[in-house]
Order: sequence, then structure tokens, then C-alpha cells
Amino acid sequence: MSNEELQQQIAAWEPAAEFAEEGSQFLNVIIEPPQLRALAEKLRHEEATFFDYMFCLTCVDYPEHFMMVYHLRSTRHGHEMVLKVRIADKQKPAVDTLCDIWRTAEWHEREVYDLFGIHFNNHPDLRRLLLDDDWKGYPLRKDYVDPVNMISY
Amino acid sequence: MELVKQQRDTASDLKTQEYFVNMGPQHPSTHGVLRLVLGLDGEIITKVEPHIGYIHRSIEKMCEHDNYRQIVHLTDRMDYLSAHINNEAVCLAVENALEIEVPERARVIRTIFAELTRLASHQLWWGVMGMDLGALTAFLYGFRDREMINDIFEETCGARLTMNYNVPGGVMFDLHPNFHKRVKEFIAHFKTKLPEYDDLLSNNVIFRQRTEGVGILSKEDAISYGVTGPTARASGVSCDVRKLHPYSAYDRVDFKEILMEEGDSFARYKARVLEMWESLSIVEQLIDNIPEGDFQAPTKAVIKLPKGEYYQRVETARGELGVYIVSDGGKSPYRLKFRSPGFSNLFVLEKLAVGSKIADLVAIMSTIDIVVPDIDR
Amino acid sequence: MFAINLYDFSGTVNSIHQWLNARLTPGWATAAEWAIIGISLILFVAISVIILVYVERKVAAFFQLRIGPNRVGKWGLLQTIADFLKLLMKEHITSKNADKFLFNLAPFIMVTAVFLGLGAIPFAKGLQIFDINIGLFYIAAASSVGVFGILLGGWAGNNKYSLIGALRSGAQVVSYELSIMLSLLTMVVFTGSLQLSQIIASQQDGWWIFKGHLPAWIAFIIFMIAGTAETNRGPFDLAEAESELTAGFHTEYSGIKFAMFFLAEYVSLFIIAAVGATVFFGGWMPFHIDDWAAFNRIMDYIPPIVWFFGKVAMLIGIIMWFKWTFPRLRIDQLLVLEWKYLLPLNLMNLILVSFIVLMGWYF
Repeated sequence: MSNEELQQQIAAWEPAAEFAEEGSQFLNVIIEPPQLRALAEKLRHEEATFFDYMFCLTCVDYPEHFMMVYHLRSTRHGHEMVLKVRIADKQKPAVDTLCDIWRTAEWHEREVYDLFGIHFNNHPDLRRLLLDDDWKGYPLRKDYVDPVNMISY
Repeated sequence: MELVKQQRDTASDLKTQEYFVNMGPQHPSTHGVLRLVLGLDGEIITKVEPHIGYIHRSIEKMCEHDNYRQIVHLTDRMDYLSAHINNEAVCLAVENALEIEVPERARVIRTIFAELTRLASHQLWWGVMGMDLGALTAFLYGFRDREMINDIFEETCGARLTMNYNVPGGVMFDLHPNFHKRVKEFIAHFKTKLPEYDDLLSNNVIFRQRTEGVGILSKEDAISYGVTGPTARASGVSCDVRKLHPYSAYDRVDFKEILMEEGDSFARYKARVLEMWESLSIVEQLIDNIPEGDFQAPTKAVIKLPKGEYYQRVETARGELGVYIVSDGGKSPYRLKFRSPGFSNLFVLEKLAVGSKIADLVAIMSTIDIVVPDIDR
Repeated sequence: MFAINLYDFSGTVNSIHQWLNARLTPGWATAAEWAIIGISLILFVAISVIILVYVERKVAAFFQLRIGPNRVGKWGLLQTIADFLKLLMKEHITSKNADKFLFNLAPFIMVTAVFLGLGAIPFAKGLQIFDINIGLFYIAAASSVGVFGILLGGWAGNNKYSLIGALRSGAQVVSYELSIMLSLLTMVVFTGSLQLSQIIASQQDGWWIFKGHLPAWIAFIIFMIAGTAETNRGPFDLAEAESELTAGFHTEYSGIKFAMFFLAEYVSLFIIAAVGATVFFGGWMPFHIDDWAAFNRIMDYIPPIVWFFGKVAMLIGIIMWFKWTFPRLRIDQLLVLEWKYLLPLNLMNLILVSFIVLMGWYF
């Protein structure tokens, strides 16, 4: 499927989705957290899209919101897209887990929880992954300060 | 038959206790500081829980404060066995973002170095695989051949492992005059030594018993768990970035993507050994055809990427390395994410190892080929 | 005073016996003889282990394209001695909740077992500590005591790796004991005696490996496999399995106690090779071909003690070759190999040999 066809298909499934292609080599689809589960299920299981391989999952801390970024690829059709979820609540960011749809998401979500403090609803094992269990704060947030290990200069 | 049944019945009445063993962080076969909490029922594994992060250095956070030239050198310290390929990933991302035309010579040099790196990595893996299964001699055989590649690297780059040879725009300096001759020597040498690898391990009865049918990974699981590299290709997933999204000089060389069907440890082993033949053939095709010309395109002293998002994939020795850069137009990235192959590959361990024996776990871990700094970043 | 005859040590032994009896009461003389035997045995074990460790390292280096020890002494000859001195001086560490008595007892059981085994081995003509009529059975029994040391050591150290290693070793030694005994039994059918001196005497006109045709070869191969397993060496080193269990049953041992396990391993390697050499290759008996008198006389010219140690060295070399070539087996494969393949094969071989002997179809 070409990017235009994908865009039409997704717009039919989720009318509220925003699309962007500038500044990126992929088709970007931006949605809100409540819409994520339903759209992800469709993207994964519908024959037309069949995005069975999530090759990257991460988060970006923007000044006004968090942006979850899911890079998806279909090994059957060969097309790729980026699904983004804008999390406006900076105090208590939360989003549904996708680890039952793409298994690889389990550890990637734990990593995002560890470094960004995003809470994943219904995640089976949401604990810190890379840092110590008693670590304070979320290092990859832009407002994180570590008085001991100064890394900004 | 009746006796066997009786025996089973009594066995099920016996009270057994599950116990936990802490494998690592210091353990000979975890290849670094990885800690596995094993739940064991006798010799049978009921639970595997990897604990990672012992050498987490938060490279992603460091990258947010470094400029793009510095970031290239940080990537060495992730998967140190694919150091050159990691460098290449960041360089390619920067070059594509700025639309820099990399000279032909640099592209070919990069490809030759990348394939030699892959060979060196697989040689080390092969040796360690043998050692994990108790064949200590294999280890030294792998190192013998790897040493030749390291010497070639040393001559051109001055370093043997973390070479830092790539810079945005090309490579740092031109090839050493001996390079061509020594690579030719290595190809001739390794062509006679690679069959030895088969003699020592691949065709050994004990080795095959230890690996065949152990830790079977299905194609669907491989995709869903995000497994890449030879580990996934042994399950029949076509995921070679060199084929899917050719970069550098891979569009002009002729090589096969090694695909297996079985998905067991032996298939993963075999896939890597066959990949060594392919890498050797790529080097052979390119070594006589290095174009003349510049080895580096001119770049600005301070590199600034235009505002936007960039994703670059390369095939390291372990699988797909993704570099995701979010730029706000400044001289350092706003956010940089390394999608490391080892991270996803290790996650599949629990799926593969539960229900098998301790000795199988070692074989499975070996064939997944993990490098801990690559996982922890 | 004591004429040493390299071809027959019984003269030397007798002259020492008479010399002692002439000067001491019979009771003290016997005690003195025992003391001499004990001291020479300890000396022999110490020297042979030092040599074996050195040889093992050189052999491993040869297989692995390395040089091996080469810094301490000429060709690194003193390396093992330096290592033993280091082990002697190391701190004794006992883990906190270890069973202290059993923990300290285990290495002694291992060492005692191998010393017992050495008791019945004929080193040369007339050079044997005691020649009992069930010698072969006695050696097998004595060497299997060693497994208690492994089990106790693994249990007492309060370490899960040790425990897994010890249990593996228990299963392994109990299983392979059968094969080793049955393959020797096969040869006993030929020799008609369990007494080691008689087994050697029966090979006056040719070694059993040649006289016994195919069954002897089958028995020999099984003996070598089971013997390697019995000594816990690679590819059967599951009890140690350093890539799985860090160091297996001796994970918690350090210093001299570790050295004792080490020593026991190499002496039991020597015992296995010595038994193999005695039963299959005629012990100290030179190589004879029936009616080539001239050839036989040349062979006789080489002293029996050289023959014995030459044969032992060859068998040890083969066992080392195994270790540095093969990957390790898994525990279930190890037991399958024994109970499903070696044991039935052994039993059939035994029947075959009995038939051959009944019909008199051997030289």
C-alpha cells in the first residue's frame, strides 16, 4: 500500500487522526491516547494493513506534551508507517499497553516507563528495567536534573 | 508400559520444590554483566527473568548534549563487536538528513569495513559458542582468524576494535597502502579455515545433539518479538536491511540472504556460519573495485540537521540497528533513540528457554548472540 | 646394597625386606615397610600430578595453537610447582552456612579414594603394593568411593551450583560405573582371573586387544568412554561445566582443598589409564609376536617400567585429546548414551565373548 492509500484507510478507521509527512520519510499518524488500542488492533490484524512488526518504540518529551512513537512495518506488504500518540497530561502521563499486540513492546514499554515515567495501563510487568528499582526521577525527561552526574554543559 | 505409568504416578505425588538460581551478573556464559534469575525444577527451567542495566550509561541522554560528530564516537561503545557498523548508522542518518553526496570511494570502503567487522564478530561468536558448549579449542580457532582482521583494521585506523573510522561525509582518512594486499591474504587464508569450523563444530555429533531442536523460535514469534538479524533469519524471517533498504555499496554487490526454516539453535548457528561465506564474498567482490577519488565529502564544521525526524537502519552483526533522530534544528539532537538489536533479541530468551534444561539455556543464549553493552546502552 | 634391576623389581623388594628384618623385629619391619610404601606413594602422586598438569597444559596449548606455560623455568617446567605453591598459600574460605565438617571432609575422601585405587596397580614386574586375587574389582570399588567426596562437597558448600553439579556427578558416576565394570568383565572372561598379575601373565604371548579380536576392541572403546566419564573429564565434565555452573561441585573450594580435588582428578585419570593399559595392553608386558624370537628379544630389552608408563601415557593422551576436541554433553544425553547404548552393547559383547571363549576361538 502506498502512503496515500494507507492514509485513506486509516482516516476511514479513525476520523480524528492527524497526518503529517513533512520532515520524515514515513507516513506519520498522530492520535490521542483513548483511540490507540482500537486503531492498533486494526493496524495489526486487518489484512489491508497487517503491520506485524514493530521495529521501534520510543517516547519524546516535548515542552507541552509527551509523544509516544511507534514505528511499524508489515513483513507481508513491505509498507511502513509511524504511529504517534500525543499525551497531553504531563503530570500523570498514561497510555494503554500494546504488548499483547506486538510482544516486543513489553520491554520497550518498560524502558519508556523507566526513562520517561509514562504509565502503561494493563502492562503485565511494569517495573524499572535499566535503572535501579529505587531510582528517583525519569532521566530522559527534559526537566530531569542530576546534581551528582552532571551531563549538561 | 505399566511400570512406566506407575513410575509417573509416584513421581507426580512426590513433593518437589522449585528453587531459584541467580545466573550472573558474574557468570562465564552471560557474556558480560547480565543477570538471569532462573526458576528451576531440578534441571528444568521454569522461569527466566533477565535483569539488565548493569552497564547502562544513558547514551541517549548523553547524545542530547553532544554534537553530531561526537555522537558517532559514542556508538562504538554500544555493540563493540559491530563498532564500525554502529558508526555508519549515525553517519548515514546525518548524511541523508543533510543530503550529502558521499564519494563512491568512501561508500565502498565503508562496506568492506562493515563486512570485515561482521566477519570478526561472527568469528568471535563462533569461538564463544564452542566454549559455551564445552569445546574450548574452538574459542582459540575463532580468535586466530579474528586477529588477522583486527590487524588489518589497526593498520588503517590505528585501533583494533572501536575504530571510529566513519565521520559524517565519508571516512576519516584514506586506506593504508598495505590494505589491499592484506585483505587479499586474509580472504585466501580464511577460505581454507572456514571449512575447519564445520569440521570442529558443525559436523560434530555431540554439538548437533546439543543444538538441534533446542529453543525453537517460530516465524510468527520472531516477528512479534521484534527479533532481527541471523537469529530471525534462522526462523525464516526475511529481515536483512542490506537487502530491504540497501545503503552504502550494498546495491552493487551480489549476495544471498541466508534464510533457514527450522528456527532452532542449530539453524541460528548455521545461519551465521553461512553468513560468513556471504560476507567473504562481498569483500572479495569489492576489494578489487575500490574507486579512486575522495574519501570524504566536505562538510561544515558544525553540523546542524534541519528540523524534523530521521530514521536510519543498518544491519549489524546482531541484527537491525535503528537510529531515530528528532532534530529541532540545533547542533545536537532533541531526542535520539537507538533501537538496538540485542535488546529485542534478548527479550525472546524467556520464550525459548522455559521448559528446557540449564545446558540448553547456555546454547540458546549463545545462538542469540547477545552483547550486553548493546542491550543496556 | 640394594641392587636395582630394571627388568625385575622383586629382587630389590626382597633385599629391602631382608635388610629390614635382619635389623628389626618382624612387627617393626612391617611397619617400616608400610611407611616406605606410604612415602613413596605420596611422592609418586605428587610428582605424577605435577607432570600430568604440565602435560595437560602443553597438550591443550598444542591443540589450541598456543605455546602454553613457558615463563617459569626452562619451557615452563616449574609452572605447575609455582601454581601448587600458590594454592598452598591461599586463604581457606568457607561459605557462611556451609556444613563445616562435611565441607572439610570431602576433599580428603576424594584423595583417599584415589590412593586406595593406586594400591593394586602393577607398575612393573615385582613393583606392586599388594597383589590381591580380586585386584580389578578392588580398584573399581575404591575409585567409586570418590563420588562420595563430590556429593558431600557439593552438598556441604551451601551453593546451588555446587549442588546441581554434585547431583549430576552422582547420576553420572553411578551409571558409568556399570559400563566400566562390564567392559572389564568382558576381558576377565578372556583372562580367567581378577588378579592383576595373572591378567598380565596371560598376555605373555600377545596383548588382549590383539588376541581378543573385535569384542576386545568394543570393550576397549566402551572402557575409554566410560573411563573418561568416570573421571569427570570433558566431554563428560558436567559436574564442573564451567559455562553452566561456574565450577560445579567445587565452586566454593579454594586453596589447598581445591588443590586436593584437582589432585584427585589427575590421579584417577592415571588409574583409569593404568587399568586400561593393564587389561587391554598387557601392563608392563613388552610387545611380543608369537614366533619372532629376534623381535621379541629386542622388545624385551626395553624395561617393563618403560612399557607400562608408555602405555599409560598413550591412553592419557587419548583421554586428553577427547577433552580438547569435543563439546560437552547434556545430562539427559549423557544418561541416554549410557543406559540405551553402552549398557546393552556391553551385555551383548559379554555374551559374545563368553561364546568365543567357550568355543576356544581365540589365540
